[in-house]
Amino acid sequence: MQLTMTVNGEEVTAEIEGRLLLVHFLRDHLALTGTHWGCDTSNCGACAVWLDGEPVKSCTVLTAMAAGHEVRTVEGLEQFGELDAIQRGFMECHGLQCGFCTPGMLMTARALLDLNPSPSEQEIREAISGQICRCTGYATIVRSVQWAAAEEAGARTSIIDAGTP
Amino acid sequence: MQLPAPFDYERATSVDHTIQLLDRLGGTARIVAGGHSLLPMMKLRLVHVEYLIDINDLHGELGYIRVEPTRIRIGAMTRHRELLDSPELRRALPIFHDAERVIADPLVRNRGTIGGSLCQADPSEDLSAVCTTLNASCVIRGRGGERVVTMAELYRGPYETAVGPAEILTEIRIPLRAGGSSAFEKVGRRAGDWAVVSCGVAVWLDGAVITDARVGLAAVGPNTTGIPAVSQALRGRAPSETLFAAAGAIAAEYCTPVDDQRGSVDYKRHLAAELTRRALRRAVARIDGREL
Repeated sequence: MQLTMTVNGEEVTAEIEGRLLLVHFLRDHLALTGTHWGCDTSNCGACAVWLDGEPVKSCTVLTAMAAGHEVRTVEGLEQFGELDAIQRGFMECHGLQCGFCTPGMLMTARALLDLNPSPSEQEIREAISGQICRCTGYATIVRSVQWAAAEEAGARTSIIDAGTP
Repeated sequence: MQLPAPFDYERATSVDHTIQLLDRLGGTARIVAGGHSLLPMMKLRLVHVEYLIDINDLHGELGYIRVEPTRIRIGAMTRHRELLDSPELRRALPIFHDAERVIADPLVRNRGTIGGSLCQADPSEDLSAVCTTLNASCVIRGRGGERVVTMAELYRGPYETAVGPAEILTEIRIPLRAGGSSAFEKVGRRAGDWAVVSCGVAVWLDGAVITDARVGLAAVGPNTTGIPAVSQALRGRAPSETLFAAAGAIAAEYCTPVDDQRGSVDYKRHLAAELTRRALRRAVARIDGREL
């Protein structure tokens, strides 16, 4: 079947099999290998991408289901050559070791901060409860998200400050 | 790589279109909503379909929570996340909020739907226990029109429902009565997992006396189980810890769990008793305004 969808702001058209999962479409057809393919059973969350602005597990979404919709992957976080605050948070606070879960963590955390710019530790832990990390013990991931939240709060404050005569 | 076996994909644009497609494509066509139960089963070759009918475009038609004076109507395409986030639903039936907080994880809840959960008819599924607790009824539509079935009629056994091959579940209706509240308790092996046992309770008080109470248990029988003996034991009595414990003991006695990797029969009976007790305690406290 032929389909069209928007991936990271760009329209893509492809001829695919109905059973193709979104994670494989992104990785194998579009070469967007930032999205990782992990457990294949919607447990680990390494494959998390956004579908119409909400994080979903792309191993359990058919590519066909995303036709006509907007997908955002970890490659879409960086804007104009600058890393997103959440990506910088993971760098600053050692939010990754092996990096396998990282793309999913980043997409889920970005969605959280868009809805809730200053989440509590508990809210962060709940937001990432659908993702599994086998390296960090989650503590540094939580800290990375907190760093990004603080960074963005600071940026907002600076903008307000700059606007004050 | 786990891929489903090949199938033809169809996208339905309305309930009527879905029924037309089901009618035309026959018994090997299946509806997919959120897909978080069906797609994993297709990957494992536990389910074989020749045609998959995607009804996600029906969210506009079937995604709603309507609170009316004597009932709540929930469209079958309402997603877990919408059930969790609805303040009206939480106010009227806090059991939904309790349950949705512990169903799978936020990403799965962004996709999964109430209709899909009920049609999956998994004996361990939490929303089925919630709907059993609340004496919900289900609206099923086919070419001949609509029919309404109770939860007991909906479930025919594990993974088997009364929804026919050319029918679609469209709405869940939950009766509302004043003077009551509800709660849900669950024990799982880890965050986001299926229940080892979960238990819903709805209870109504008139002054200091329980006028009615219902329990719904998941993962302790072939389908989610409402236990009338518990309701009988509670009606006409004043709520107390002793009464809650007695109700729990009845739940443990009447349920029919099996040994599996999630726990032994004894452990599950213990949980049925304890979770019934806790959910009763919480639901009654909510009527008194002691807990939200």
